[in-house]
Amino acid sequence: MTDGTIFFLIQLLNAVQYGLLLFLVASGLTLIFGIMGIINLAHGSFYMIGAYLAFVFADMTGNLWLALAIAVPLSFLFGLVLETLLFRFLYGRDHLYQVLLTYGLILIFEELRSLIVGNDVHGVPVPHFLDFSIPLTATLSYPAYRLALSAICLAVTALLYLLIQKTKLGMAIRAGAFNREMVQTLGIDIGLIYRLVFALGVALAAFAGMLAAPTTSVFPGMGNQVLIICFVTVVIGGIGSIKGAFLGAMLIGLVDTFGAVYAPQFSGLLVYALMAAVLIWRPAGLFGAAAR
Amino acid sequence: MSARLRPALLGLGLIVLIALPLVAGKFGLDLAARIMIMAIFAMSLDLLVGFAGMVSLGHAAFFGVGAYALYLLSPQYGAASLLVSLPVAIAAAALAALVIGLLVLRSSGVYFIMVTLAFGEMFYYYATGARWLGGSDGAYVYQRPSAGPVDLGQGHAFYYLVLIALAATYALLRVILRAPFGHALRGIRSNEHRMRSLGFAAPRYKLLAFVIAGALAGLAGYFDAAQFGVVNPELFGWRLSGSVLMMVILGGMGTLDGAIIGAAVLVLLENFLGDLTTHWLLPMGLFIVAAVLLLPQGLTDPAALWRAMRERSRV
Repeated sequence: MTDGTIFFLIQLLNAVQYGLLLFLVASGLTLIFGIMGIINLAHGSFYMIGAYLAFVFADMTGNLWLALAIAVPLSFLFGLVLETLLFRFLYGRDHLYQVLLTYGLILIFEELRSLIVGNDVHGVPVPHFLDFSIPLTATLSYPAYRLALSAICLAVTALLYLLIQKTKLGMAIRAGAFNREMVQTLGIDIGLIYRLVFALGVALAAFAGMLAAPTTSVFPGMGNQVLIICFVTVVIGGIGSIKGAFLGAMLIGLVDTFGAVYAPQFSGLLVYALMAAVLIWRPAGLFGAAAR
Repeated sequence: MSARLRPALLGLGLIVLIALPLVAGKFGLDLAARIMIMAIFAMSLDLLVGFAGMVSLGHAAFFGVGAYALYLLSPQYGAASLLVSLPVAIAAAALAALVIGLLVLRSSGVYFIMVTLAFGEMFYYYATGARWLGGSDGAYVYQRPSAGPVDLGQGHAFYYLVLIALAATYALLRVILRAPFGHALRGIRSNEHRMRSLGFAAPRYKLLAFVIAGALAGLAGYFDAAQFGVVNPELFGWRLSGSVLMMVILGGMGTLDGAIIGAAVLVLLENFLGDLTTHWLLPMGLFIVAAVLLLPQGLTDPAALWRAMRERSRV
């Protein structure tokens, strides 16, 4: 293979890796909307919180895997608490109030982050045994951590698919999205289902933040950047559709990565152009039902 | 508010604002001008959110266009012509709203919220990378615009022009909302399908409302750039969009007076909290969360507020 082909393949790997990471965040957002009908602006903050947890615990323990083992359950717990204290009161309310409350939450999370860890940019070291690059040609190579990251994301995506499509709990979750009352009548505790789905969404976003931390560094405002791209993802894929979120994330990964290489002057704008095109073609997204 | 009390209160408010320069110092006048600018901005969003039922989370985009228009029209160390720059800024914001509106109005409901936020952020990210707009640091507007004897940098000219703009915006929106157009918007808000089947071209009404709201937001942005003498990408950003939405809700949606009150409360609160601590967004966030949980009707309807409190105390 020529250097050009290899270069193209590297970009393709980057695109897939970015898309998979984005999917982890967007899947939670779309799940929470699809099942509870809640639009959650603070979803990007969970990504940010995950990245900072990874930074703090990796700093303490010196080991990213140990940090993940502590931080993932912690963020799931955080999701449970947040649902019980706040989000529970948003079900069935106008989207406007959901927007406002979660907007207030972003301000709170960002200020707490600034109070606790400050406003500096931090790096998180790549785990030792993955801290090498795989040489591809004389000049080109690919970092092993990024490959591992993609593999982990794929594994989580597969688990998520199995959970939702093949388990009893997943069946209850899917049923809850269709008809809340009916599920309750069947003796399933819908409140508990909602709590678990919300916490799952939080944990997925936080997990994505933790995985991304060694590749992107940890910085203030990282959550909002992700939130916007997640919205674009979900709008492209159709709100509430996990399949759509996956496709949307992959499309954005490709457009953003190849855009930065082949049309750098427009790179930031291409994903929005993609969203505009989808809106013109299919206003409810690729896999969306009619807008609610 | 009762029908008789409101005109009296409005008249009183206007007199107080006209007479304010006689008693208030520079700080007070700057703060009052800031409140009035935000009130114009909040009323423009209220037209969308409160009357047409379109929750836009990217309204700051047009505010930013108005502000940057003044920057681009100002000579490097001189003053822009008021008579040229003001209409151009409004027209630029209206044009931006027309283009964005054609796209975002294809969606509705929760899609609309997400899409408006995304397009607003598109402006933000574009401005942070665009050298001709000053990049992420922004740029200075060294002198306030002027026109012949009227120099917004001198005396109380700026204050009074903003006051005139506020009154004009209020009057314009009042007229629009009383006209058949306003009634059609309310109809679309409560049932778009029925309005369509009655023969109303709902998309066109919504687009026109979006463009008017964008133009008025541009007017507010223009004054903002003139007041502070600086533009930066934050003017397009989601934080400002969220904050102006908060003003509209806080005042009680669907009332122009409410938007003005909401703007005043939020600007004063920002100012007060900002003096107390650099981490003022923390209490602000707590305030917003508490407001959503406790005051579903906003602040302008004391009766509903009282009912809500009684309901709550019973539970």
